Amino acid sequence: MTLARNFPFFSILVCLVGSVVTSVLKPRAAKALTIIIAGVVLVLSAFTLRYALALESAEPFMMGHFPAPWGNELRIGRLEALMATGISAVLFITLLAGFYHMPAFVSEKKLGLYCIMVDLAMCAILVMLYTNDLFTAYVFIEIMTIASCALVIVRQNGHTLVAATRYMIMNLLASGLVLLGISMLYGITGHLLMEPLGRSVRHIVETGQYIEPLTVVIALITAGLAIKSAMFPFHAWAPDTYAFAPPMSSAILSGLIGKAYIFLLIKFFYRVIGLDVIVGTNVDSVLFVCGVSGMLMGSVLAISQRDIRRMVAYSSVSQIGYIYMGLGMGTEAGVAAALFQMLAHAAAKSLLFLSTNELVSVSGDRKRFHYLHGAGYRNPVAGVVFTVGAMSLVGIPFTGGFIAKLNLATAGMPMGGWMRALVLIALAISTLLNAVYYLHTVVSLYRRAPAEIDYPPSHRVPRHAAAALVISMLLTVYLGLGSGPIMRVIEAGLKMFA
Amino acid sequence: MSKRRSDWEQRPQARFLRWMRDGYGALDDQITTSISQPAAPRPDQEAMEAHDILVGTHRHERELALDRLAHYDLQNWANTRGRKVLGRLYAVLALLLGLILIYFLLNTVAFMPRFASADVPANNEVIARYVEKGLEETGAINIVAGMILDYRAFDTLGESTVLFIAACAVLILLRIDLDDHGQPMQQLIAEESDDRHYEPKNDRILQGSAMVLTPIILLFGIYVLFNGHLGPGGGFSGGAILSSGLILYLNAFGFQKAGRFFTYKIFMWVSFFSLGFYGVAKAYSFYMGANGLHSGIPLGTPGAILSSGLIMPLNIAVGLVVACTMYIFYALFRKGGL
Amino acid sequence: MWQALYDNLEQTVAVILFGIGFTILLLQRNLIRKIIGLNIMSTATYLFLASMGYIQGRKAPIVTDGVTDLAAYINPIPAGLVLTGIVVSVSFTGIMLALTVRLYRRYRTLDIDQIALLAKGEDMA
Repeated sequence: MTLARNFPFFSILVCLVGSVVTSVLKPRAAKALTIIIAGVVLVLSAFTLRYALALESAEPFMMGHFPAPWGNELRIGRLEALMATGISAVLFITLLAGFYHMPAFVSEKKLGLYCIMVDLAMCAILVMLYTNDLFTAYVFIEIMTIASCALVIVRQNGHTLVAATRYMIMNLLASGLVLLGISMLYGITGHLLMEPLGRSVRHIVETGQYIEPLTVVIALITAGLAIKSAMFPFHAWAPDTYAFAPPMSSAILSGLIGKAYIFLLIKFFYRVIGLDVIVGTNVDSVLFVCGVSGMLMGSVLAISQRDIRRMVAYSSVSQIGYIYMGLGMGTEAGVAAALFQMLAHAAAKSLLFLSTNELVSVSGDRKRFHYLHGAGYRNPVAGVVFTVGAMSLVGIPFTGGFIAKLNLATAGMPMGGWMRALVLIALAISTLLNAVYYLHTVVSLYRRAPAEIDYPPSHRVPRHAAAALVISMLLTVYLGLGSGPIMRVIEAGLKMFA
Repeated sequence: MSKRRSDWEQRPQARFLRWMRDGYGALDDQITTSISQPAAPRPDQEAMEAHDILVGTHRHERELALDRLAHYDLQNWANTRGRKVLGRLYAVLALLLGLILIYFLLNTVAFMPRFASADVPANNEVIARYVEKGLEETGAINIVAGMILDYRAFDTLGESTVLFIAACAVLILLRIDLDDHGQPMQQLIAEESDDRHYEPKNDRILQGSAMVLTPIILLFGIYVLFNGHLGPGGGFSGGAILSSGLILYLNAFGFQKAGRFFTYKIFMWVSFFSLGFYGVAKAYSFYMGANGLHSGIPLGTPGAILSSGLIMPLNIAVGLVVACTMYIFYALFRKGGL
Repeated sequence: MWQALYDNLEQTVAVILFGIGFTILLLQRNLIRKIIGLNIMSTATYLFLASMGYIQGRKAPIVTDGVTDLAAYINPIPAGLVLTGIVVSVSFTGIMLALTVRLYRRYRTLDIDQIALLAKGEDMA
């Protein structure tokens, strides 16, 4: 009995009990405890990854004394462990770099509650990565919805509350659809754990007895999870929410929480339904079309924005489009490319939101581009970090984003005629559009500041925050240079994922 | 010009087109005008002024004036024809979407397994084990309690966490923070600063009935809580009953009297200990189970109060969390704190 | 098909109510009406879920007289799932109502489009 196989369970438990303990602590202690918990989760995930790399096949972990299908279960495999390590690394860096300017957005007394929300969001992400049970996934989807909404609300000014209300309403619609889908799936199969569900679904597809309800179930659950992760036609809540939330919350929301929903969708496709059935029902074509439109429309809308945070928010929509395009190709290579893009985007986007906040705060809290001229000189660390993040999202070589786009293009090559052409053309056009607004921003950061504007004296960025920003920049560059082993782990993990 | 029927104006198609263009006001039907929403009402002038008086300083007045100027320009922009038609188009599309959804779902229901029949896919080896061996493996007579607190205990842990996080979210939104001297830290409007704003006097009838009913309700709640594994009931229902008794007492007697026994600190510590106990106990149980070790918790004889292992303590923990959460919801909505 | 819909009457009604609740949540501009739509939608889902557990002629799953035969009790799983769902629904209703209270106290209107307009006005000033 190796201790390492308990580590996913320990990491979930640490977050859960930590959030309960945080409810009775003072704000400063709460902040310290949250950062410690994030660090502990990172260490545990790294050890789990090392353990999982030595596994031959995915290993189930019984939650309780009863095996599946009677009791609950977690499943440890290479892919889950890799995603957990990546996500907890990004979260730890985001917390280090972002906490020090939270007092400007959140009142002191509510900081403890904010830390509870961060802990529970982390717990929910871990459960969604590791779980092997559909109803547990639903319960923790709800926890994540409430936590993400509260991360936005904590800022408490009018515009934020309106954006949060819109976000909450769309999330509730999506949750209703997902629950109905899960209920129907239970009605036609009688199981809630993913492996027995997979067997039942294969049986249904072979005998053809409940095939119409199965199609509707796939549609409902896909629609629900797509709404929650801001896929193109349902992205309307995303720009307002990311722009008006505190920057650390935006980083966590767009970088990490959206990815957990997409990972759950991939898990649903692989383990419960089976990729071949998905391709047979053409759901993947719908995802492909939505992904491509999202890529293009997100960038087009980002170009027309006048303030920097909304621009970064719209570019999030565009990047999620890449992931759905990869998913919609319907092949293992496409899904592997989508997973790598998830990691690259998580690393780059958190970076961008935090450095954007730094740049805005040294320009006197004004977000319009005109005021940001010369911000790169007033805060050199944030300027460099923003530049590297922008380069990653545009897809310049030596960064993670470039490898992600390369993978997507490579995955698109073996496809049939029109799809291959569409993939390559869409990638090219969207890279061009990304370059238009990102490079424009980077250039305007380094222009000379207009003389008539009086900027407040810039405060020094604390050393740990600056160090965290630099580390996340190095992470993006590492994803660009050392992506070979990571892609191999992803591909091996996908093979044992079903 | 095309020939139109003489009663074109009354036809449904014409009325629809008029609604799309001009809203409910254009339909001169008696019934529709009475249920239509008033077109874009201006915010309540007196309330805004009352609010302004509470927070007024010169600089703020100026900002408010600029505010309203921008707002009126926006109001004109929002009232333009194009945006109104777009709004109504959205309404029509939303309705169509709902109808299409209902159609597809009805189509599905026609193919679902038949209601109340015994040979459905849901009737399989999973519930065979829950029903047949549930009593001996979990020790609970109530099979559902055994299922949610033993076989699928992780889901119930998640559910208690949902309640906890919802209470925290409502705390973020509605709690009025007090600074070190006990004074509220933000500007309050009239409703927020006095919880008896709409109800200045105590109600004697309510107080009389609450005196009689509250002990009975609380006792019943405790009974349901303790007997969750022996009959219908359990943590959630018992907690809801307990909290309703407490809310009745609070309603009848006010915050002063209720605050003598139930303070904010008590609630936070009770929630903390209950949820913490649940987490730790279930962590022990999961760890032992996953690694194949025997957990050493006795199951007792079925039918006795002290039986079924951890189920009764967990029921009590869950019930306390539910009771605290519901009470805190009520207190926050009413007064912004305890 | 009509016969099949009539046989599964509970599920038919649940699905219609779900669609109605969904449309109310999307369509209505008044926040309180949206919350009511949300509640209708959730309750319809629980009706759907609970109707999958019932089996004709059997009793509630509480062991009486020591009978642990499978053919004596209805399916206990949907009951547990509905329990979880109700708690989730209560939590969401609480949060949405708290948001509504905050928005009303600040903007003095319950119409979400009007509130968005006022918020935009503050932003532009």
